[in-house]
Amino acid sequence: MIGDKPKGLRTHLPIIYPGVMLVVFFVIPFGIMVAVSFFHRVPGAFYTTDFDLNNYRNLFTALFGRVLVFSIFISALCAVICVALGFPFTYFITRMRRKAQVVWLVILVSVLSLSAVIVAFAWSLLLSQTAGISNLFVWLGLMAQPVSWSPGFWAVTCGMCYIAFPYTVLVLYPPLSRLDPYLPEAAQTLGASPVKTFFSVVVGSLRSPIVATLIMVFVFTLGTYLIPQILGRPRHWTLSVLITDEAIYRSNLPFAAAMAVFFMLVSLALVGLTMVVGKGKGPEQR
Amino acid sequence: MTDIYMAGLSLENIHKYFGSVVALQNVNLLIPNGRFVCFLGPSGCGKTTLLRLVAGLEHPTQGRIVLEGKEITEQPAHQRNFGMVFQSLALFPHLSVGDNIAYSLRVRKVDKSTCRRRIEELLELVRMPGLADRHISQLSGGQRQRVAIARALAIEPRLFLLDEPLSALDAKLREDMQLELRMLHQRLGVTTIHVTHDQREAMTMSDLIVVMGTDNQVHQMGTPLEIYRNPADTFVADFIGTSNLLKGICSGSRQVTVSGNTLNIEFMPEGVMPGSEITISVRPEDILVVPGDQEGENNLKGKVTFVRDVGSSVEIYLDCHGLQVISQSTPKGRPAVKQGDRATAVLPPSACVVLTS
Repeated sequence: MIGDKPKGLRTHLPIIYPGVMLVVFFVIPFGIMVAVSFFHRVPGAFYTTDFDLNNYRNLFTALFGRVLVFSIFISALCAVICVALGFPFTYFITRMRRKAQVVWLVILVSVLSLSAVIVAFAWSLLLSQTAGISNLFVWLGLMAQPVSWSPGFWAVTCGMCYIAFPYTVLVLYPPLSRLDPYLPEAAQTLGASPVKTFFSVVVGSLRSPIVATLIMVFVFTLGTYLIPQILGRPRHWTLSVLITDEAIYRSNLPFAAAMAVFFMLVSLALVGLTMVVGKGKGPEQR
Repeated sequence: MTDIYMAGLSLENIHKYFGSVVALQNVNLLIPNGRFVCFLGPSGCGKTTLLRLVAGLEHPTQGRIVLEGKEITEQPAHQRNFGMVFQSLALFPHLSVGDNIAYSLRVRKVDKSTCRRRIEELLELVRMPGLADRHISQLSGGQRQRVAIARALAIEPRLFLLDEPLSALDAKLREDMQLELRMLHQRLGVTTIHVTHDQREAMTMSDLIVVMGTDNQVHQMGTPLEIYRNPADTFVADFIGTSNLLKGICSGSRQVTVSGNTLNIEFMPEGVMPGSEITISVRPEDILVVPGDQEGENNLKGKVTFVRDVGSSVEIYLDCHGLQVISQSTPKGRPAVKQGDRATAVLPPSACVVLTS
């Protein structure tokens, strides 16, 4: 049976429901967006049906290029930070007793219940001059006077990482908890120090999940628009902010759609590239 | 004493607790260099824990581990230069066969050409030449085993530790690998400790067997035949092979009364007073069964309750007044009895080993 192609309607029945859902809630809206991206905008009104390539032509501006590069840069940075922090963090959780693991995971998941608005304002408060943590550093004698870190580049990065971190851990948890606990021990009996063991065996054998998590966090943070708006200056705004701005405040839906489509193509290309690079090294994973 | 102490691994007064759970109690062992030693015992007896203590993957709660006169109790695993094969083999799934084998060499910054030469040597040794570029997932169970062995031997370890690596293999392959490991040991002469719960495997491979019990203690250490012929106590007699354990009372300097019958024995351990309860262990192959009721010294008369004929050997179960006696013979020496017949078991005095505990 395995390996045979399913024949007839009956064998296809189980996939009809998810198939329909996918088409209705994903393919159709996406198709509408692609279509709208070619429509003609009527200033002061909405848009008319058209096949207008101007929306795409208008993308080739210095501003759009700069924001695109910045968005990709800050998302990639967040992905790297999240995985760099989340991987050892998750590794240590999986080495704990079952009960302790559950407590940590519940704390992490509960962070997901916070809305991005709350998170952003909490961070802006934390990084502010009047009530932020710099006051704590001054009190500890680490700094001369309190400073304002928000709005700023690192404030945006902090906020985005904070939002993405629970997802990072949740995605890394299954492969890490499945890791054969004897692999690190074997490396140690072969003469590798704990640090060397961690990088050569734990990280090494989980290259695929790491790449997958990098991509996940990258794509996830590309879509955030509240955090950069609240924690950043206009030059820290990502493309998502720009798209929101165009679509909602300027009612230029065709241009926003064109930006979104182009943005998606660029990020898809980057994801593909990452997968090729991640696969290229070492023997292929099972 | 000092010489042996200097030339081997010494475990002194080892205790290991995991929380309130006792894993090892008062283990004292002296493992001479160059021997093949098996830690043998039922599951939960602490044999794997003992091996992990030797490897440095666990540290004893109490006691000392001394290798060639130097204490290594607290030395971390990666500084011990031992080779270990794990039960799950723990081959690195992201590395090729060659990279797995050369892992310990790369960690020690051995140059590339030496690594390559050593990989070839080791693959030759485990009879897998030319497979260095294979991926681990492309190997069969037996081949993985060999790679794990080669990897553990790459640095020419001071001790070669095996944690039940053969238990996952099917019976035929397991027997082949047992012989192969034994030959490998003869060629290399590296002190080897092998953990197993399979007494046949232990008897096949080892110079010395350490028998451990469910009380997490070492019961006996000796050569396979010593342990088989002269078990230290009822646990060892019962665990190693099959044994007839007959409860009796010491009734003379060389006599034991077993359910009304007086048996002569060749050797009575010191300190056994007449009247004290003892157990006699007799191996089934030492018991001769003759048809009918036969009077005589050391004869136990009874009835045949079961005959197990497996082709290569015949086992006869006798019920001698409520006492079960099992005899084993070759098909050629098969006594002419069948189930329900009267028969007599003859227990040679030299085969009756007295156990006091």
